[in-house]
Amino acid sequence: MTYAAGVDVGSTQTKAVIIDEDRRIISRSLIDTGANVIRAAEHAYQQALKDSGRQEDEIEYIIGTGYGRYRVTFGNAQVTEISCHGRGAVHMFPGTSTVLDMGGQDTKAIRVNPEGEIVDFCMNDKCAAGTGRFLGAAASALDIPLDELGSRALQYQKPVRISTTCTVFAESEVLSWLGKGKKIEDILWGVHQSIATRSAGLLRRVGIEEQVTFTGGVTRNIAMIQALEERLGLKLNVSEESHYMGALGAALFALDRILSSRNPRDTVETFG
Amino acid sequence: METTLRTDELVGRGNRDGARLFREWFTSLTETAEQGGQSAYVFVMGSLNEILKTFDLPVVFPEINSLQTAVRHVAHEYLEQAEDYGYSPDICGYVKADVALQLRHGEHPMGRIPRPSLAVLTNACNTYIKWAEIWQRMYDIPIVTIDVPGTREAGGQTWPGDPDFENDRRYVEVQLRELITTCEKVTEKKFDIDRLRETLGHANDMSAAWKQIIDLNRSRPSVFSALTDGTIFLGVANGFRGTPEGAEYFKQLVEEMQYKAEHHIGTMTEEEYRLVFVGVPCYPIFRRFNELFTDWGGTFINSTYLWFASGGTNCGFQYDLDRPIESLAEGVLINVRDAMDSMFYQDRILEEMIDDFHVDGIIYHPIKSCRTVSTGLADCRRALSERRDIPSLFLESDMMDRRVVSEAQMKNRIDAFFEGLASRRQQTQIK
Repeated sequence: MTYAAGVDVGSTQTKAVIIDEDRRIISRSLIDTGANVIRAAEHAYQQALKDSGRQEDEIEYIIGTGYGRYRVTFGNAQVTEISCHGRGAVHMFPGTSTVLDMGGQDTKAIRVNPEGEIVDFCMNDKCAAGTGRFLGAAASALDIPLDELGSRALQYQKPVRISTTCTVFAESEVLSWLGKGKKIEDILWGVHQSIATRSAGLLRRVGIEEQVTFTGGVTRNIAMIQALEERLGLKLNVSEESHYMGALGAALFALDRILSSRNPRDTVETFG
Repeated sequence: METTLRTDELVGRGNRDGARLFREWFTSLTETAEQGGQSAYVFVMGSLNEILKTFDLPVVFPEINSLQTAVRHVAHEYLEQAEDYGYSPDICGYVKADVALQLRHGEHPMGRIPRPSLAVLTNACNTYIKWAEIWQRMYDIPIVTIDVPGTREAGGQTWPGDPDFENDRRYVEVQLRELITTCEKVTEKKFDIDRLRETLGHANDMSAAWKQIIDLNRSRPSVFSALTDGTIFLGVANGFRGTPEGAEYFKQLVEEMQYKAEHHIGTMTEEEYRLVFVGVPCYPIFRRFNELFTDWGGTFINSTYLWFASGGTNCGFQYDLDRPIESLAEGVLINVRDAMDSMFYQDRILEEMIDDFHVDGIIYHPIKSCRTVSTGLADCRRALSERRDIPSLFLESDMMDRRVVSEAQMKNRIDAFFEGLASRRQQTQIK
């Protein structure tokens, strides 16, 4: 059996996925990236390896992705997370035409063809408005754990309108609404709507074509899924694996390279 | 052996000589500043160097001064000083660096910049007008604004012989005569039309050569990088327009590029992807920005910057020396209009280039502090993509302000773009 791995070193969390030659996920891991990026990549990979029950020498090819992709020192190659999320999304949901990847530091709208190749993409600009960090700032201001944000937000009754797009100012705007006596749930839903509006704008820049697959860490937030679906007027593809889509895409590219080295005529991605 | 010697002599000569001329220009500006001599402040889109040189007026290009502070990694000092003075972070970075330079009495990383005796501008950029007002208030100097009628609608340019063109030509000609009168007052020198013929002749040589050089980059491999080498050529094209040195430099540059084309000497060892750059370069990380592309075998074979930042010299317009002022007005109309079109209607020109220049991709570079060159880029990209299946990348940063340039994000986008190009090429080869 052949095995390949992908390690996605994101700004907030690091994910690793190991797949077999039938492109099935046999293990995955998720850890906080922290300050030591190299160590985070190693830990995530070792954890996935341990869970897979395979030996290190059985993993033939490893691809690093994410902002820390060049810090995956044990990897064989690097591919951007833009390509990896596209590839992973089409693998999980073959009808995907558009991908929205919402991570800790950035949000990407990606248009893909049926093979999972990138047709166009667009990202938030240098600031972190409209990303997971925006949610983090609101959670911090309201003193609510991140994993409770979604369920609390869905209890809204009269949502407030968050006007700022700046992550730094979001905190003060949230506090000002609290000062005006607004309910936490109403403020939280306003935050989710604000991000959904901004993300819809990014998606429109590349063109929204169904199916739309939602990937990245923020997919675990149920309120974000609802806010996006309401804003876009369509149902999003989301799965348990959505958080790992970048690492999965990287593992799929790694498997391509193993197969193409065995048979160079195979129609697989190699990126030069 | 002979070929090797010829190669050693020619290849890279344009860059070496260009850098030398550029340094000499700033040395001479420093001398002017130290001696309290006169100078004219002008802009790249319609400098009117042809007239100013007949009065022996040294020309100062504040846009070039400003971008040089970014290339030399000191732009932040100038920007912050202008912001402390009261300018918003959103104002044109070139303007702010220049304001700080004036507050520092001309102190610049390449020498000292003289104070202006007059300023000459066109309406090619609306910021030029407010910018010149700043100097007018600071120094109480005359300002001559040449109002150049641009293209009224896409594809609607008129040409010599057309009544509309002739009306526009007369309108510009009157303004040029006003400029001449102002120059006479400022310099206390009498206008000499034969000297104008001389400067126009030198400008003719430069324009013809500049067009030829750009066309030579149809060669595979390309003979120069439109981003890095091209910026050196632009410096000479602006600073030395209308001079014998400028004409000679460009004549030699043609020789170099022809030699490279004939001997298949490329700007890169392995040219994988031929790209076109649309917009103004990212000067705060100029070298690195280029490397983000060359690392993938990508090279810029043409650039709208070479068109508009040379004030339309790329058109190769030839002045008629028998009717110098009238012909200069025609040239200003055609060249400055082309410079504006290169910013506002570039999709049509880009479309024509795709096949001729064997273009693999287009890089659009909107910049935060310049609305003039950035506003229409999204629309241009969309319009072109509807007509041609050409990969493109939208890359946002700035031409001056390091604070809004994120190299990591840029690299991510560029890498993803090349991954897409590689995948596309692979699929094409398989089919």
